[in-house]
Amino acid sequence: MPRMTMIEAIRSAMDVSMERDDNVVVFGEDVGYFGGVFRCTAGLQQKYGKTRCFDAPISELGIVGAAIGMASYGLRPCVEVQFADYVYPAYDQIVSEAARLRYRSNGQFTCPIVIRMPTGGGIFGGQTHSQSPEALFTHVSGLKVVVPSNPHDAKGLLIAAIEDPDPVIFLEPKRLYNGPFDGHHDRPVTAWSKHPLGEAPEGHFTVPLGKAHVAREGSAVTVLAYGTMVYVAQAAAEETGIDAEVIDLRTLLPLDLDAIVASVTKTGRCVIVHEATLTSGFGAELAALVQEHCFYHLEAPVARVTGWDTPYPHAQEWDYFPGPRRVGEALLEVMEA
Amino acid sequence: MAEANRLSLHVPEPEVRPGDTPDFSRVVIPKAGSVERPPVDVDPREIRDLAYSIIRVLNRDGEAVGPWAGTLTDDEVMEGLRHMMTLRAFDARMQTAQRQGKTSFYMQHMGEEAVSCAFRKALEPGDMNFPTYRQAGLLIAGGYPMVEMMNQIYSNEADPLKGRQLPIMYSSKEHGFFSISGNLGTQFIQAVGWAMASAIKNDTKIAAGWIGDGSTAESDFHAALVFASTYRAPVVLNIVNNQWAISTFQGIARGGSGTFAARGHGFGIPALRVDGNDYLAVHAVAKWAVERARKNLGPTLVEYVTYRVGAHSTSDDPSAYRPKTESDVWPLGDPVIRLKNHLIKRGLWSDDRHKQTEAEILDTVIAAQKEAEKHGTLHSGGKPSTRDMFEGVYETMPPHLRRQRQKAGV
Repeated sequence: MPRMTMIEAIRSAMDVSMERDDNVVVFGEDVGYFGGVFRCTAGLQQKYGKTRCFDAPISELGIVGAAIGMASYGLRPCVEVQFADYVYPAYDQIVSEAARLRYRSNGQFTCPIVIRMPTGGGIFGGQTHSQSPEALFTHVSGLKVVVPSNPHDAKGLLIAAIEDPDPVIFLEPKRLYNGPFDGHHDRPVTAWSKHPLGEAPEGHFTVPLGKAHVAREGSAVTVLAYGTMVYVAQAAAEETGIDAEVIDLRTLLPLDLDAIVASVTKTGRCVIVHEATLTSGFGAELAALVQEHCFYHLEAPVARVTGWDTPYPHAQEWDYFPGPRRVGEALLEVMEA
Repeated sequence: MAEANRLSLHVPEPEVRPGDTPDFSRVVIPKAGSVERPPVDVDPREIRDLAYSIIRVLNRDGEAVGPWAGTLTDDEVMEGLRHMMTLRAFDARMQTAQRQGKTSFYMQHMGEEAVSCAFRKALEPGDMNFPTYRQAGLLIAGGYPMVEMMNQIYSNEADPLKGRQLPIMYSSKEHGFFSISGNLGTQFIQAVGWAMASAIKNDTKIAAGWIGDGSTAESDFHAALVFASTYRAPVVLNIVNNQWAISTFQGIARGGSGTFAARGHGFGIPALRVDGNDYLAVHAVAKWAVERARKNLGPTLVEYVTYRVGAHSTSDDPSAYRPKTESDVWPLGDPVIRLKNHLIKRGLWSDDRHKQTEAEILDTVIAAQKEAEKHGTLHSGGKPSTRDMFEGVYETMPPHLRRQRQKAGV
């Protein structure tokens, strides 16, 4: 299998989808000629022409609103919002329109769009290049929410998202674009080319939406994570010596509850990890579900390790980011309970 | 700081309020037939004055005059009158049905019937409207069954939207009528996207976006104009200026721009302003804009100057914010009466025939209403199932919704 970075995998997914289906169009700010500020669409305009891959005005609501109109015509737009931090101007279009179009028209109009957006911190991005707004989307009926953690999944999930008949919010942890990151910012990072997960099939394949993946098998405690936190959790398990089972959720909505229940029922303990702020974050939903479905198997309170309830700071990056030390402490605490 | 240097905030006010004498003397109404009809491939810069005038065909004597006249056959004009009368009768029945508790809500079109009814006749099958909640004339004139409209209003067992939508938020893909949303302005940019898709696929279909005067203040309006301009989308962008956004007079949204049509100028989009109560003028302008779009010449912005005669909705009382008789002095009159007088003038119609047609239409509407009520009204008779509530959120029901449906006992 060819080796690729997450950027190359995402580009390959769009390439494969555009090749297979003439109705797939790709647009967003700096997405066309330049190939995207993260290079995720490099070469697509040259290959498919500027009516299939093009630059858009700086208007997130315009990009998403136009994509909804295109989808109602019959296209399959895969659009980019340059940073998840800038999706808010499009929020009305996403929540009030994309998510509800099928329901409110009783299926006469549908909205098979994908909205790609780089997400997450750990890159000194400060307040508006680091946010993790997934909970704003998991709260919305009618959306699907996906967060890949490696090139293979990024490609397979993105192709599945483009082929999905419903609107998909596709959050790409930009910290993982060039290589995995376990939160040890003081150590040199590994490139995807040197990592076992840095390979993906060349052509068409999908990773099904709504299915979690066991990233590390274990028996002592279940860690529910996604995106960058999958690597942080694995590092924390190795460093504390606690035999944690790390579940990479991959899709947050719809959620693979069966995988979560199977693991927590086995381990009896659960730690939830995400970069996003704590209060009303997606972790709250996960904790509630674990409590409802695994109550009689739980041997300790469900713990959450998350970003603090503050805007994402700049200088205090590593005090904010839930790194392996904080996750490790939670693992130890849960094991002592 | 010296008093002379202190700033003050300007908040526009309508000329008159409840209790005052209605006054539209400041509204400049050009003579019918006085506005030029440019070729559809005109450079927008050459017709900037059209955004500040009003294109009119029907004069005071009911004659069709000037370069915009003559886009319809006699039969089509008579059909147009019938459509407007049908919409008015439909509105009256549904307004009453709301008062009788058969539905929770209704919004009528009184005074604005010409806009959507005439526009619809300028489109071809396959074109797509992105309407607001006040363009049901697109459905009436497009031949959508009234029974279906009523089923939706009653949220009954035959409601095509399964009781999920507030009354009048119709949807009919087959009739080129995009699903109405309660969120204002959102559909304006979607219309542009749909038109872009048609262009991407080298299709021949065009889109029409619709928005009211008040909602032009939404960001979506701006985005739509930017995208339509940038990609020269085959779309007609319609602003229905009925002077009022619930209780807010149009000056609050328009500000110092003079007219809503003039907003098109900054985007290089040709902008026309038309007498919205003149069925013939609306049709002529719509046809011009549709032809422009169809010829791949790009978007057109059209402002329909009209007046919202009725209350904003069944939940609104306009006497709290505007003179009760304001609509009586509206200088562009009533669209139904004006077209009726035109046909009478031409010997194609008469008062008797008008009364007879009115009675026939009423019978048709009542028959449709009886048919719809067989399927139930909001609080009695057949209803959509609770099971339907869980369907259609996604194409395939995900496990969490299946669990919730089971919990709801359906």
